[in-house]
Formats: sequence, C-alpha cells, structure tokens
Amino acid sequence: MNERSRISHFANSEAPLDIARYIESGGYVGLMAALGKTSAEVIGVVKNSGLRGRGGAGFPTGLKWESVAAGEQPYLVCNADEGEPGTFKDRFILERAPYLVLEGMTIAALAIGAREGYIYVRGEYPEIAKMLALATEKAKARGYLGNDILSSGFSFDVAVRVGGGSYVVGDETALLNSLMGNRGYPMLKPPFPTEKGLWGKPTVVNNVETLAYVPIILGLGAQAFASIGSVNCPGYKLFSLSGHVANPGVYEFPMGTRLRDVLEKAGGVTGTLKAIQIGGTAGPIFGPAALDYNLDFPSMQKAGGALGSGAIVAMNTSVNMAHVLEVTMRFFAQESCGQCFPCRYGTRQLDYMAHRIALGLGKVEYLDLMRETATVMVGASFCPFGQSVALPLKSLLDEFGDEIVSFMTEQQYLKEVSE
Amino acid sequence: METAPKTALEGKAPSPQQPETILQDYPDRRDTLLSALHEIQRCGARKSWITDQEISLVAQHYHIPLAELDGVVSFYKMFAREKRGSHIIRLCDSLSCRVRGSLDLYHHVRNKLGISTGMTTQDGIFTLEIVNCLGACDKSPNLMVDNTLISGLTIDAVDALLDGILEAEQ
Repeated sequence: MNERSRISHFANSEAPLDIARYIESGGYVGLMAALGKTSAEVIGVVKNSGLRGRGGAGFPTGLKWESVAAGEQPYLVCNADEGEPGTFKDRFILERAPYLVLEGMTIAALAIGAREGYIYVRGEYPEIAKMLALATEKAKARGYLGNDILSSGFSFDVAVRVGGGSYVVGDETALLNSLMGNRGYPMLKPPFPTEKGLWGKPTVVNNVETLAYVPIILGLGAQAFASIGSVNCPGYKLFSLSGHVANPGVYEFPMGTRLRDVLEKAGGVTGTLKAIQIGGTAGPIFGPAALDYNLDFPSMQKAGGALGSGAIVAMNTSVNMAHVLEVTMRFFAQESCGQCFPCRYGTRQLDYMAHRIALGLGKVEYLDLMRETATVMVGASFCPFGQSVALPLKSLLDEFGDEIVSFMTEQQYLKEVSE
Repeated sequence: METAPKTALEGKAPSPQQPETILQDYPDRRDTLLSALHEIQRCGARKSWITDQEISLVAQHYHIPLAELDGVVSFYKMFAREKRGSHIIRLCDSLSCRVRGSLDLYHHVRNKLGISTGMTTQDGIFTLEIVNCLGACDKSPNLMVDNTLISGLTIDAVDALLDGILEAEQ
C-alpha cells in the first residue's frame, strides 16, 4: 500500500513549519493536480474516492461540496474546534502537518469556488493558532496561498480565528455563529450551511482530518483511496487511543480495522479490559465484546454506536463505573448551550443524580429517572447534543447498571453502619 | 512533567498595551471579536478578566449593543466578567484523565490552595477550573496554566508548578 495515502507520512514533529521538507515529502502534489482540473472534476475525484467527513458525522465530502448553492461567493471553513473528549487527532495533524490542512483547504476552495477561508481553532489550542498563522504566511510567501496561486489565476486566502471555550461550537452551525461573533448556539437545519452559512453566504465546513485527506486523494487519484478500508467507507482514519492503554497516542488504520487490532498496535490494554468508549462522550460505553467491532461509520452504527471522531478510551477493572457515569453527565451539563429547555434542565437533573450516586448518596430510583429524562431529551431537544446523552447513559446502565446499583447499596450500608 | 513552571509564567505575559491600542489592530468585523476579547482580557498587569470599561470600549468598536456583547462574553467559558486570579489553572477531568488520576489531582489542588472549582484564592493568585477535555489525552492527566499545557501530571509535578508560581509572584 502506498505510504503517501496516510496522513502520518506527512507528519513532521521536528520541523512542522519547514515548507521545503513538506514539499520534499510529496506536499502540494495534490494541489498541482487539482489546478489542472475544473471545479466539477475536482468534486468528481473526491466523490469517487468515497471520502466521508472525519469530524464525526461521516457525511460524504464530495456531496457536501456539490451542494453549495450557486450564485453567491461561498466561504470555506476548517473546523479545528476539537473538543470531543478523548479526541486529539486534529491536534496531531495541526501540530505536525499544518501545510497538509492548508493544501486541503486550497483544493476545497478551488472545488467550491471560495476565495476566502477560515480556520476556527478552539481557544484551548492557542499555540496551534499561532503556528497556523505562521504556516499561512509561509505558504503565501511561496505562492501556495493568496493571490494567483502558482500562477494559475486562482486566489484564495485563509484567516485563523480562535474560539472562546465551548464544546457545542464543534457543531458546524454553532461554529458559524461563533465565527460571526455571536453566542455559539446551533442553528436549525435546513437551511444547511451550504445554502446559507457564514454572513448568509453558502459555506462549506469541513473537519481538519477530512481536509488533510483531500491532497492525498488528489495526488494519488480517487481509486487509490477508494481501494483502502471498507467498501462503503474507504480510506485511512486517525484513531485517538487513551485511557488504560500501554502506548496511548494517535494511530492511523484503514477504515474497518477491528478494534482488537488497533489496541494491539498500541501495546494492548494495561490490566484487564472492562469497558471501552468509542467515538467520544456521546458514544456508548461498551463491554469487552466491542473488541470485535470493525471501526468504520456503517459497522459502528450497526453495532448500536457511532464511530464519531475515532476516540477510543479504554478502561480496566480498576475503574468504578459510577465515576464514569458522573464524568459523562457532568460533561453534558457543563457543555449544554442552554438554548432549549429539555437539554438545559435535563442535563442538570442527570448531573445532579449522577453526582449524588458517585458521592454515595444515590438512590436506586435515580436509574429509572435518568433513563426517562434521557428519553424525553431525545424527543424534545433542539439539536443533536441533547439527543445524544441517551446513548452513553443507556449503554452504561444496560451494561454496568448492576455494578452501579451494588455500589449504591454498599455506600448506603457503610453509612448506616457508621451512624 | 513536560514544561517547567517558568515557561508557564511566560505564556501568561500580560500585554502592557491599553485596550484602546489593542482594538486598533482589529478591524470592525465580528469574526475578529473573540480574538480581540482574548487579548483584552489579558491586558494590563496580572489581569485575567474583562472589566466594565473594557466591555464598553469593545461594544463601541464593533458597534454591538452592550447587552448583546455581554451575552456573547458570558457564553464562552474562557472569558470572565468578574475578577479572577492572575493565573488560571484549568484541570482536565475528561474520562481519559479521570481514569488516570485527575480526581486525586483535583483533591490535592483543592486541599493545597483551599479552593474548589470556579473559586479564586484570597491572595488573588490562582483561579481553579475543571474542564472537560484539553485534547492531549495520550499524555493524561493534563492541566493548562494560563496558555500553557502541562501533561503527564503527578502530584509532585503539580506541587512544583504551583510552588514555582507562588515563588515568582512574591
């Protein structure tokens, strides 16, 4: 398999801003190929490659580009608001291969006809924002960005913007609100950003990793990418491995690789595997049966979960699942944007109960109440955030409910004995 | 611990500029608003919040009603409208950090500084915050002190960090 079909090939941790080294390693081959094509041809290559968005939703990238409404000058936005707990693959790319992302953005801009682009970096990554601003300057000085790119007549400029600390802003509509200097509330879809986005203009929002695979696809051709990984979900994918793993880090595997094989590459689980969360905080918490799951969008959906951002958090038998419940519910309560009542109030109720359980003050009735609350939130919340609390909650209670009940009973007993 | 405490302090280097001067560098386009707020929040010595006077200046600069701007600022966790410590400790308590000891670190910091999450020490040096993920889970547990990420924390490393800051502040 061609080494250049991997993001890791372009990762340079010693001198990530050295543009000459990036070019030596095969950088800007994709852009040069794209400049020789029409917009429709570039979109065609990305469509044929089968590339699906790596931010979490898995939407076909070529289709998104194609759906940009005609008539007005569109914008391109790179979503670098990596806030999903357990996810650090965008940090990996931005810290090691910033030009790969800029090149991907330039190709995307060429495809949709954008002249201006933004990289929205989360506020917690200030060093990365500074680095990206430098990379943009260097790419411009070499003619890979800015006016008349490589004397092709095509011009595209990128500005780096920084967030203020908010998880929901990772949603593309919320991100656009934040980029326009508003509260980061998600917006109702439709209209989709590709019809009406930034400043009311058609806008494509793509994740860092998605954009990083774009130059690879243009450089090697659609077929080379499509032949890797799963049939309906091709290409490589970056997985963020953390928790009780011998060698935590970012690992790149073809889509559809078994979880067992991914973990093995990271040196395996330390201790005995008890639980594993896949896809981020909104993903279910599985038992060890998950080891045989194939990691791609359709397979994970079939397994009742989601591939999400590709975050994998392993937990061994030292972990108290009541604590996992508490951490997860606190996350939802703190990050709810508060725009709609079911989510604002529901997440606080869930957090209250989970916190009391973890402190040893829980009641067995809480578990049913929590399920009921999550069910209402699925039906009544405004955006996917409030709807997504049910997946981790129900999986925790289904898989580890007995353990949580026995923890509560034990805590109750200890309290009675001491009184 | 990857970074020495001194670097953490340097990362905080407050801008000596006046808010009026800072705003001159920002065009009146709202996509620059959050970046401007970050810089203004840290202008002047030992400051880490946005004052009433500053919020009025920003509102005038961007032609935004004061109430709307206050609404924007209050949405984002990294901005504060009330006095905070000169150093913000953001301790990560994501699942990845929790299973690798972040709760013990939190208890340790809480006992050492005598404050729990969201509070500021009486000497005005530290504000402690619990955050949900700093995106460095492979090196967990993590914290951020001002703009600097510190990974692979142990209780000793946290002690060295906090003591280093205290010494530098006195």
